[in-house]
Amino acid sequence: MRDVITGNEAVAWGAARARAQVVPAYPITPQTTIIEGIADLIKKGELKAEYIPVESEHSAMAACIGAAYAGARAFTATSSQGLLLMHELLHWAALARVPIVMAEVNRAVAPGWTIWTDQNDSLAQRDTGWIQLYCQDAQEVFDTTVQAFRIAEEVDLPVMIVLDAFVLSHTAEPVDVPDAADVDRFLPPRKPKFVLDVDNPCAFGGLNGPDVYQEFRFNQQASMTAALEAARRSDNDWAKMFGRRYGLIEEYRTEGADTILVASATPASTAQDVVDKLRAKGKKVGLVRVRLFRPFPAVELRKALAGAKRVAVLDRNISPGHHGIFCEELKSALYGMPKAPEVRGFIGGLGGRDLTPDSIEEVFDRAMGPKKEEEIAWIGHKA
Amino acid sequence: MDRPQGVKYVPAIAEPTQAKFERVPKEEILGHGHLACPGCGAALSMRLALKALGRRVMIAGPACCWAVCDGPWPYSATGVPFLHCAFETAASTACGIRAGLAARGIDDITVMTWAGDGGTFDIGLQALSGAAERNDDFLYVCYDNEAYMNTGVQRSSATPELAWTTTTPPGAMPKLQPKKNMGEIVCAHRAPYFATATVAYPEDLIAKFERAGRTRGFRMIHILSPCPPGWKSEERLGISLARRAVESRVFPLYEVEGGTKWRLTQDPPKRPVAEYLKDQGRFAHLTAAQVRQIQGHVDAEWDVLKGRLETGDRR
Ligand SMILES: Cc1ncc(C[n+]2csc(CCOP(=O)(O)OP(=O)(O)O)c2C)c(N)n1
Ligand code: SF4
Ligand SMILES: [Mg+2]
Repeated sequence: MRDVITGNEAVAWGAARARAQVVPAYPITPQTTIIEGIADLIKKGELKAEYIPVESEHSAMAACIGAAYAGARAFTATSSQGLLLMHELLHWAALARVPIVMAEVNRAVAPGWTIWTDQNDSLAQRDTGWIQLYCQDAQEVFDTTVQAFRIAEEVDLPVMIVLDAFVLSHTAEPVDVPDAADVDRFLPPRKPKFVLDVDNPCAFGGLNGPDVYQEFRFNQQASMTAALEAARRSDNDWAKMFGRRYGLIEEYRTEGADTILVASATPASTAQDVVDKLRAKGKKVGLVRVRLFRPFPAVELRKALAGAKRVAVLDRNISPGHHGIFCEELKSALYGMPKAPEVRGFIGGLGGRDLTPDSIEEVFDRAMGPKKEEEIAWIGHKA
Repeated sequence: MDRPQGVKYVPAIAEPTQAKFERVPKEEILGHGHLACPGCGAALSMRLALKALGRRVMIAGPACCWAVCDGPWPYSATGVPFLHCAFETAASTACGIRAGLAARGIDDITVMTWAGDGGTFDIGLQALSGAAERNDDFLYVCYDNEAYMNTGVQRSSATPELAWTTTTPPGAMPKLQPKKNMGEIVCAHRAPYFATATVAYPEDLIAKFERAGRTRGFRMIHILSPCPPGWKSEERLGISLARRAVESRVFPLYEVEGGTKWRLTQDPPKRPVAEYLKDQGRFAHLTAAQVRQIQGHVDAEWDVLKGRLETGDRR
């Protein structure tokens, strides 16, 4: 099926094609049309799933964990306050090693009440042990939703698919939704490695002393590392079957670039136009989009940025008291690299403020300019 | 018998829930080596509950004493699949287990929670209410030792009025509030089945678990669970105290069908509340006037319960 659908509808179709079996969900703008979409696909017979209208996001994630331990494929979606409410259980899901997939529509955090996009909600979950993939268009959202289950079930870790509020969640684009039978060949039914089983009664998550806990973290970290390969493989297999490939990071016109912009999510697609414009003027600029944020694709980034003199990082988020989060992650990934490019961090687009081609061009200009920027350079800021 | 005049049993419950002691299953499912204290009511309750339900049970167990009692990883004493879950998620985790089983076409399992009073009356009440309102198909069990025992005896909203806990030191910060009435809360959801039970009446407890096991939809059993360290009582007195709690009407044994058909399952001769309070260190500081105050509140609550029995329907 090829249709013009929104990013959120693409998530719903992704969950349907992945044959999610249990969907506990609680509404929050801008995620709502995902769960409405899933309810509609269940009604239409496109998806056979237990839909649980839970009374909070906290319960949504708890029910996902219970369902996953009962052997089912569990899916949910949320945003912002809902994601923050889940925080305890995000850690729980990742340490319980359940392959839950969740769509998270980036929305800035209150107060004041806002529904517009920025990344502080999802990035605040950086250390919960979830794999995180940031998407830039509706087709990628669909493809990544299905890919996410493959990755999750291969490494026994939960996966968060992240998409920007409205700019992506509510913007309609042509999307190819492959037939269920074709997706089934990419993603066979879940074969859980451990389940609640009355014929083999086990306890899960019991008392841990200092003698054993660290090894659970070690194993989790090993699986996170394995997730890099799992994500690559999932993407390659998807490309073989459906002709679309994204990579862990995506390079755009980086050949011979002196200055490379590192961005994520939809601003990265806007930045492609800006790169084209500047290239046409003879400026040696390029773009790297970070698609996989956890595990962090440090090797890929070092390779992609090796030839550049300067890297500008555009962060639609801030770690108050420090810097943009992608910027700091990138700096640590490049640390110790011979002839490492200079990294300059830019923060903008918070609370959904538009990141226009002009504002992204400003990032390039300032990054290439002679003047050393202050430690944090703000974009589109009202003085 | 000093059963109040006019109490009429509601005929809607066709077969009154009663088990004969000879019928108590011999098989022991709860294993040796659990870490409960000597005299722990929760351990005895678990033993009896599993006798009634058998082995086709899956448990969601939140933070509470039982999270410890089950044993350290990789051991588990409970004897049936046991999923530890976050403190406030007993009901939502159980709801997820049920949905996961349903998605896989598995329909012959009793999904059960095993939560303390803190996880039930306080931090987990929202999830419990959500599950009861949706009529999710599982058995919610609360073993109620009337405080946060796992963290060292702090008050919960199930702590009786004026009882000592570490956060309600008598004199300075007494617990003035009466115990929250969980039966009324759950029955306000019109849940298919709610029952109280305690270890002093094992046949009654087992029969209620059997009945709950046969019922579908949201069911709850609220167990009064003596706790020697938390109640500052002798280990050997646990059963006796549970019995006195029922006889004094501090903890009446009843069951409710559909939230509206209330029925006493035990109605022993009445004893003064003082006889229940006297062997518990947590009540040792009470003055005679305070004991009278408690007696008054217990009598008033009994009258309310009697009212439910008489009408059988509050709507
Ligand atoms: C969110 C959260 N808050 C606090 C705790 C600490 N905690 C663990 S068990 C417990 C008390 C449990 O009391 P109750 O439910 O009555 O069970 P009991 O220990 O008495 O058997 C508390 C406060 C926790 N684990 N999680
Ligand atoms: S503290 Fe009380 S409830 Fe906890 S294990 Fe000991 S006796 Fe049982
Ligand atoms: Mg307790």
